[in-house]
Amino acid sequence: MKFAVIMFPGSNCDVDMYHAVEEAVGEEVEYVWHNETSLEGFDAVLLPGGFSYGDYLRPGAIAHFSPIMEAVKKAADEGKPVLGVCNGFQVLLESRMLPGAMRRNKNLHFICKTLPLTVENNTTVFTNSYEQGETIQIPVAHGDGNYYCDEKTLAELRENNQIVFTYGLNENGSTADIAGITNKEGNVLGMMPHPERAVEELLGSADGKKLFTSIVKQWREKNAVTS
Amino acid sequence: MQLLHEPSPEQIKEKKLYAEMGVSEEEFASIENILGRLPNYTELGLFSVMWSEHCSYKNSKVLLKKFPVEGERVLQGPGEGAGIIDIDDEQAVVFKIESHNHPSAVEPYEGAATGVGGIIRDVFSMGARPVALLNSLRFGELKNPRVKYLFEGVVSGIAGYGNCIGIPTVGGEVQFDPCYEGNPLVNAMCVGLIDHKDIQKGQAKGIGNPVMYVGAGTGRDGIHGATFASEELSEDSEAKRPAVQVGDPFMEKLLVEACLEATKHPKLVGIQDMGAAGLTSSSAEMASKAGSGVRMNLDLVPQREKQMSPYEMMLSESQERMLLVVEKGSEQEFKDIFDHWGLNAVVVGEVTDDKRLTLMHEGKTAADVPVDALAEEAPVYHKPSREPAYFREFQKQENYRPEVGDYGTVLKQLLQQPTIASKEWVYEQYDYMVRTNTVAAPGSDAAVIRLRGTNKALAMTTDCNSRFIYLDPYEGGKLAVAEAARNITASGAEALGVTDCLNYGSPDNPEIFWQLERSTDGLSEACRTLETPVVGGNVSLYNETNRGAVYPTPVIGMVGLIHDTAHITTQAAKQIGDAVYFLGEVTSSFAGSELQKLTEGNIFGKVAPVDLNAEKRYQKQILSAVHANSVSSAHDVSEGGFAAAAIEKLFGTGFGAEVTIPHEDDLAGSFAEGYPGYIVTVPQDKKSTFEKAAPEAVEIGRITEEAEFTLRNKQGETVLKESVDELEKLWRGAISCALKSKD
Repeated sequence: MKFAVIMFPGSNCDVDMYHAVEEAVGEEVEYVWHNETSLEGFDAVLLPGGFSYGDYLRPGAIAHFSPIMEAVKKAADEGKPVLGVCNGFQVLLESRMLPGAMRRNKNLHFICKTLPLTVENNTTVFTNSYEQGETIQIPVAHGDGNYYCDEKTLAELRENNQIVFTYGLNENGSTADIAGITNKEGNVLGMMPHPERAVEELLGSADGKKLFTSIVKQWREKNAVTS
Repeated sequence: MQLLHEPSPEQIKEKKLYAEMGVSEEEFASIENILGRLPNYTELGLFSVMWSEHCSYKNSKVLLKKFPVEGERVLQGPGEGAGIIDIDDEQAVVFKIESHNHPSAVEPYEGAATGVGGIIRDVFSMGARPVALLNSLRFGELKNPRVKYLFEGVVSGIAGYGNCIGIPTVGGEVQFDPCYEGNPLVNAMCVGLIDHKDIQKGQAKGIGNPVMYVGAGTGRDGIHGATFASEELSEDSEAKRPAVQVGDPFMEKLLVEACLEATKHPKLVGIQDMGAAGLTSSSAEMASKAGSGVRMNLDLVPQREKQMSPYEMMLSESQERMLLVVEKGSEQEFKDIFDHWGLNAVVVGEVTDDKRLTLMHEGKTAADVPVDALAEEAPVYHKPSREPAYFREFQKQENYRPEVGDYGTVLKQLLQQPTIASKEWVYEQYDYMVRTNTVAAPGSDAAVIRLRGTNKALAMTTDCNSRFIYLDPYEGGKLAVAEAARNITASGAEALGVTDCLNYGSPDNPEIFWQLERSTDGLSEACRTLETPVVGGNVSLYNETNRGAVYPTPVIGMVGLIHDTAHITTQAAKQIGDAVYFLGEVTSSFAGSELQKLTEGNIFGKVAPVDLNAEKRYQKQILSAVHANSVSSAHDVSEGGFAAAAIEKLFGTGFGAEVTIPHEDDLAGSFAEGYPGYIVTVPQDKKSTFEKAAPEAVEIGRITEEAEFTLRNKQGETVLKESVDELEKLWRGAISCALKSKD
């Protein structure tokens, strides 16, 4: 299986995402620069954290105009898994690939710490290796992670089972404790916490590893059937 | 500061306009002598910044010579952007600390942010990948609104820059004392990693080779920043906000990646950061080090403002700029690298053989001065020195002992002192995990990052208890190095070397100069005995306001090598039932202690002497115990004494402990400071291994399931018994509580 890690100018968790795939799940992975226009040959797309374009205007607002984003949308339409973490989530929101918006953290400070998350939906391509309702320890590191959506959207998210992770400790003020959501189809996940930072016990937690192994597992099952 | 019409050379001399640039009458005469004519306004500007204390160390050079700078592992000592130390396997660690005090005093966010940006450039200009940031901060008491504003601004500035550029801020220290009220200290340290073959030097070699300007455009920000940094702060300092640079971490992120690509290119000749004194220092120093000259056409310099004069361009400290010298004919290859990252890369001049810095502007020669005169021949002063009266007085006060009541109450008060309290409010604003190598996060004695692809790790710390240095610069200086080394060894690392940031008041005051002299003696001796050579650093003088100077604050940045990640040791206790040991030697001195400050409102008295040989002995024992895999956690005793250190080991663990005070004198054993001491936990089945490795350690208690902290004296009487949860709550909440408080 081959993963793409999209690099925008200012991405800074690209290396971490790359290592998580290469070292923790041992799959093929390549960087793709923001002005590329094709993601042919990749089976999954990862939008890393960081400060794309310096977060100027709004986090993710400029990155969504990058040439590569058309290809990311196409990959999503084709049903490939697309994961946006932190700034990657913000890019997905700005690109309208996911509903809602980000506000500054409620304490108006950047927050970096490991927080407990609850797996709310273990039926997605990203979470099939977790237990439903499992509590996992995943780090957050963001200044604008206060997820907001209106009540109608929230009702839809709930109805379609799109809320995948919630915070056990809601430090940033997110609506309904939301830490990660998917699109309706379930193949695009945006989340503020960093699973790629939690793939080794040496660094404090390996709870994020299953997110990557879930993607690989589902891909293998699918390809075993089709091939 | 900018004049509409620049004064003529004659006017400068006649009206003594050089004084405004911080140039003395003798220095002006010497410039006139070097040039054989009067300098024009631009030339005087070049000399004024290059001869400022910030760039030339003219007042501190005589003292810096005392530092041991050599060692078996030293690959690059002081003089380049940053020091380099070998860490085996053809790898090396690159590190440096630098101050940004004055800018942060008037514009805390940008001052601190650009301090971070500047130190990062020093490291990647050596060809190294920056892998960690640390800092050392000093503020006044967290009571007055201005101090709170400075504190919050500095922390968010450090966070704003470091988080965006994606280099983890893994450690640091923050202390609060009234002497820093108007003049906070903001020292930033960067640690980088390099393969030996990639080490770069800032040299302009090869006559005819092009000089390339890369990165951000030059604006009017930060003009005369180096001069501003070399004078006392006053009420007028607020008007010097334009001398504070404005940072753009996004730009620097691109610059790091582009420059690291460029440094791997075989046709790169030299690279240097445009830091303090910008284009002037980078060009003059690169030429001077190579024995060459540089000729630049300033019309080609990328400018972000219109009609900038040569004076403004040369003195601007706009951020995120670097100067490169490349082999002739390879210009396009470098332009392509920078173009990929969307950055300027412009040929602005060439290397010459005339050892002069020649600047052309609109077809005319704007300046023509010898490079060595700028970079090497700054005057060197040995200022008069005088032992202060306060010191003589303190030396007579040997037996100070505070009066205290209940030990539990004292400990609670101590844990809420901002200097001792948890710094979570600070470090949770820093991304300390990005790049996924951080093993020991902020909050432990030293930060530890593993080196991916190897079994090694690096430990790093910043440390300086300036109270002791104020009371006794010589002993306090020794203690600063010893404390940093304790942090490093407590984390399981072999100390490699030091970068220092010497923050002092005005050297023109003989008593301040005496502090500098005596403390550098102490630092040098400790670095020599503990075998931690000084490979680089920074001097920041004139840290004073009309209310006086800051405490002498030589911040020690130290880096250590952990050969096997299995040896990484952190301060928190690991399991119930582990034995608790004490290794060290309690002294009964309370001079300079947090308890003295708490009970008396100030510090005074004679500091206990620091026995460096004993220090070294204890460090060896700790390390061999760690290497024997017999240590489950280790923490050194510092502010707040033994009792504070012991309880700190329990925070975040949910455990309790029962321990016996390691001294006959209960009060000193609980709260005295300034002595070597480690508190170590050892699994029960490792006790005999541990005792063999650390024969001087004494068993003093054990880790318990019940979350109670009990201190007993040698007679077995309980002197303190408190709930760990309650103590932890006070300790964790103290800083945010102080910030919210309206009094």
